[in-house]
Amino acid sequence: MTAVRCVDICKTYRQGDQDIRALDHLSVEIEKGEFVCLMSPSGGGKTTLLNAIGGLDIPDSGEVWVADKRIDQMSKGELADLRLANIGFVFQAYNLIPVLTAQENVEFVMQVQGIPTAKRREKSLAILEEVGLEGLENRRPAEMSGGQQQRVAVARAIVSRPALVLADEPTANLDSKTSDELMGLFKELNEHHNTTFVIATHDQRVMRYAKRIIRMRDGRIVDDIEQNAA
Amino acid sequence: MRMLPVLSRLAWRYLWRNHRRTIVMLGAISVGAWAMIFMTALTRGMVDQMIADGISVIPGHVQIHNPDYLDDPSVSNRIALTDTELTQRFGDAGFDAWASRVRVPAVITSERESRGVTLLGIDPDAERTFSFVDYDAVDGRFLEDPEDNGVVIGAKLADTLETEVGKRIVLMSQDPDNDIADRGFRVVGLFHANMEVYEETYAFVGKRTAQKMLRIGDTVSEVVFVGDDYRDVEPVFQKVSAAVDDSVKVSRWTEVDTYLGTMLGVMDGFVLIWVIVIFLALSFGLVNTLVMAVFERVREIGLMLALGMKPMSILGQIIIESMMLLAVGLLIGDVLAYVTVKPLESGIDISIVAKGMEMFGASSILYPKLYMDDVILSNVVVLVLGFLASLSPAWRASRYEPVEAITKV
Repeated sequence: MTAVRCVDICKTYRQGDQDIRALDHLSVEIEKGEFVCLMSPSGGGKTTLLNAIGGLDIPDSGEVWVADKRIDQMSKGELADLRLANIGFVFQAYNLIPVLTAQENVEFVMQVQGIPTAKRREKSLAILEEVGLEGLENRRPAEMSGGQQQRVAVARAIVSRPALVLADEPTANLDSKTSDELMGLFKELNEHHNTTFVIATHDQRVMRYAKRIIRMRDGRIVDDIEQNAA
Repeated sequence: MRMLPVLSRLAWRYLWRNHRRTIVMLGAISVGAWAMIFMTALTRGMVDQMIADGISVIPGHVQIHNPDYLDDPSVSNRIALTDTELTQRFGDAGFDAWASRVRVPAVITSERESRGVTLLGIDPDAERTFSFVDYDAVDGRFLEDPEDNGVVIGAKLADTLETEVGKRIVLMSQDPDNDIADRGFRVVGLFHANMEVYEETYAFVGKRTAQKMLRIGDTVSEVVFVGDDYRDVEPVFQKVSAAVDDSVKVSRWTEVDTYLGTMLGVMDGFVLIWVIVIFLALSFGLVNTLVMAVFERVREIGLMLALGMKPMSILGQIIIESMMLLAVGLLIGDVLAYVTVKPLESGIDISIVAKGMEMFGASSILYPKLYMDDVILSNVVVLVLGFLASLSPAWRASRYEPVEAITKV
């Protein structure tokens, strides 16, 4: 079953006087339950592809399908619903809501989804324990280290068990030990819950966990290989 | 509604993220609200007093006259019913305060000066409770009964006529046949009023004495009724209307004294304009605060959109933030207004500007009045206009593209 399908998508940005083609007639299919790494040099188009799959950015042409729905023609409200119900995001720069505590940040998506308070509390505490943040539930982002914040962001992305997790350089600001713990968590979710992971990264350590590696350059896929994951 | 708790929590937390800015803005809103309510209370106090004084001088709350009297207040235009019949109709009808009067234009003459006045033939007992004259504060004495042969004039008029208690004056008017009707009276008392114009205008004599002088038998010019509240005279008006026929005209005080009636409407409008003007000054600060609050969290708004929050929820969050700011500011302003106005309700001495105030028909003691309606009005106006002022920054926030907002530095 296909989790993500991109058909001949193009995206061009204007930077000063120059047009930058971030995605150039790119087509790709990702099956449900895959663990995929997108690799490219900076500016290769991997973040743009993630944004297009997540409905954060609309390609200039082509089609993007997620969970068997064509999303490149959806309204903002429909895209918001899709993201809320199906997609978990992990961004490079933690991106927590600074006025909420760790637990409230984790609960945020569930609260928007309308999950009852008691269930929210239970799930958020459990996932925080799972990512090793037991006892830090009431700390605000400013009171936590970079690694702890990233773990909160991961907890928020996976707490409602989305079918698809999109992660953009999730280990960029983490030490190797924390990176390994995080990837172990991703792997476990992938194997036990059949969650599809698409991870944009430069990090060679992350690649070890992926079953499929897609290399990109100048907005195109130049290599798409499968491997035995760690 | 499902989103309300999370939006409210976010709005409240973001409000206190930059607590200095919030405190400054709260201060501005509180002072603005206080100023609105305090100034309104002063204005209301002044107008209430002007109207209450004005009503107590002549109009009462409801009057009945001959239908032509208000156009031509001469002795010819008397009420068709006799005073005895009027007493029978209204005496047992349960009116709190009412009185029949003879009221005609007249000329008062002392041995030195003459002046035009309004001659009031009254029953002093009937008018004691609502008259603008304090019977006990009269120099000399006030009239004792409708048969009293003396005259009570204002202290200022006495100065003008160069007369005093004990001296005689002549009152001259016309009888129903347009013949001169005059009579000599001894000045038995000089009354004092909070405005000199009243002291110059009115001369009180006994009702029966006036009827005899004007040769009008047992008839009167008007009947005055006073209810509980000058702002709500309809119950009295309806009751009086039901008790009379078409031979008399029933009028509310706003029709009898159009100046005072207009004044009330103007002041209501003035209060609204005052509230709006203060709000406009506040709105610059409010909009600036919201714009800054939105600008400094573009990334977080982008993040919320990326996580699945809808643009309308972002709009709602900013508006809730604005409403919270205004509500807290208004609450503080309301409390401030209450604690500053209440102690002043016993009166503020403004005699230093008494002459100027008298031009507007106000006295030298100002009694501020804090009306719940005014507090509600100012609060509602600020909240409604605040809501409208918040729409622009809130709309802008909701229009961000998540991918652009989230990468904003």
